[in-house]
Amino acid sequence: MSGAVHWTAWAVFAVFFALVTVVGFAAARWRRADLTNLHEWGLGGRRFGTWVTWFLLGGDLYTAYTVIAVPALVYAVGAYGFFALPYTIIAYPFVFMVMPRLWNVCRRHEYLTISDFVEGRYASHWLALAIALTGVLATMPYIALQLVGMQVVFEAMGFGALRQGAEIALVFAFAVLALYTYTSGLRAPALIAFVKDAMIYIFVLAAIIVIPAQLGGYGAIFAAAEKSFAAQGGARGILLHAGQAMPFATLALGSAFALFLYPHAVTGTLAASSSNTIRRNAILLPIYSVALGLIALMGYMAIAAHVPVKGTAVVPALILQSFPQWFAGFCFAAIALGALVPAAIMSIGAANLVTRNIWRPYVNRNMSPAQESSVARNTSLAVKFGALIFVVFLPLEFAINLQLLGGIWMLQVFPAVIFGLFTRWFRANGLLAGWALGMALGTTLSWTQGVKPIYSLPGIGGVYIGLIALVANIALAVLITWVANLRGAARAGDATMAVDYEDCEMSRS
Amino acid sequence: MRRLLLLIPFVGTLLVPLYNFDKPALWGFPFFYWYLLAWVPLASLLTWVVYRSRSR
Repeated sequence: MSGAVHWTAWAVFAVFFALVTVVGFAAARWRRADLTNLHEWGLGGRRFGTWVTWFLLGGDLYTAYTVIAVPALVYAVGAYGFFALPYTIIAYPFVFMVMPRLWNVCRRHEYLTISDFVEGRYASHWLALAIALTGVLATMPYIALQLVGMQVVFEAMGFGALRQGAEIALVFAFAVLALYTYTSGLRAPALIAFVKDAMIYIFVLAAIIVIPAQLGGYGAIFAAAEKSFAAQGGARGILLHAGQAMPFATLALGSAFALFLYPHAVTGTLAASSSNTIRRNAILLPIYSVALGLIALMGYMAIAAHVPVKGTAVVPALILQSFPQWFAGFCFAAIALGALVPAAIMSIGAANLVTRNIWRPYVNRNMSPAQESSVARNTSLAVKFGALIFVVFLPLEFAINLQLLGGIWMLQVFPAVIFGLFTRWFRANGLLAGWALGMALGTTLSWTQGVKPIYSLPGIGGVYIGLIALVANIALAVLITWVANLRGAARAGDATMAVDYEDCEMSRS
Repeated sequence: MRRLLLLIPFVGTLLVPLYNFDKPALWGFPFFYWYLLAWVPLASLLTWVVYRSRSR
């Protein structure tokens, strides 16, 4: 960086950060309830209606890292980076089909996590533990990447002579976040999401109107990108190359299947007030996907604007170059808040898993509600602290690689959870063996490719490794269940009934 | 079964050969881009139709 400090940008940033901090602490009083109960702290009492859920899930799923990384990928490779668009289009019809069933059964049985559900459905501690560990493991690097999103913004605003400035700012911002999440639970990100999302939409609207006007229109932007890719050569371009179609489509499909298995997505979903709230959100959340598609285009705008940087610094550089400093500060605040909301929800989602599915069965079987809430609060602190250590002391590459593996891992709980919502045909040991195989195969295949998401299958071409592992996972689960059924082995119990998955009067409204 | 409508976005966005071209462009956007962006409201609309048919 040039070493310049953008004071105006910092000032605007500080104002919004202070505002959100006040909102975060005040959230404890919003729809006041007993926060020493995990249902209140960790799920907001399941009382969030359509609009609160829309802001919460939108703020949760479209993260700071998305705003930084998607355009950076588009900047580097072109059309291939747009897999995020089909991914976030097909995710919602899928959500519409499955998540209301999950909400219903979790409401009926007071389940807080997908591991709670799996334990009730299959009466298997081990399967529930496997799913909880997968969720926590996949979430940690994701939180770390949110920090990276903030760090990039801090560096763009500059620190002048202050070395380690970005680290100091990160520690400060995260300490504040950790404190109000500890105090207010899920209510904090839910309220902050209103501010954050409104700011992101203003930022995106300004960017798609102002920047193309400066660069001679969208036609000129695409033409500049095409020219630049042609000069660089390789598998880049504003259209997909022959071998890229399969990786593009399978990455989109696999990512869409994995999205709502992540603890932060499940937490946001279960906090809804009814199953119809989720259905309405499956219709309304795509509005964020339009914003995402336009954000992705900033990769091309950065090419056309000849930003002097590469990689994750592309978007902040484009912002600084295109907007007056005060508005750049506004955009940077929007992105940084875009890190805080998901980081808070991710740490709450992971804390719910640790409390309910690791601490309760293996450490203290007889926790009172107050003890549960206290374990969850402390876990949320520990998880954030862990992510901070990650970012400050380990190379960035490490967090990115783990996050990529996290997506592959998360997909391996699909059979137990999603199939489990529709059928009890599968057996717990089959699902557990399938999960183990999927985890091992996915990790190994990715490792052999230098921790990349695509593996080339003979006769098919490049396929998303998460999906390859999922197919093996399902095949083994089917095989083991089928053999066990032939042998007539005894079945474990099922705490749920068919009617638990359907809507009732309570869930309608 | 109206629910089958929910499968259409999967076909429309995952079959890349359907839309991996340059022309016709719209407001400077190559076909690839405006086609995918158009699927966002379309998928939303299909989901809404299914939602409406549920609550009759």
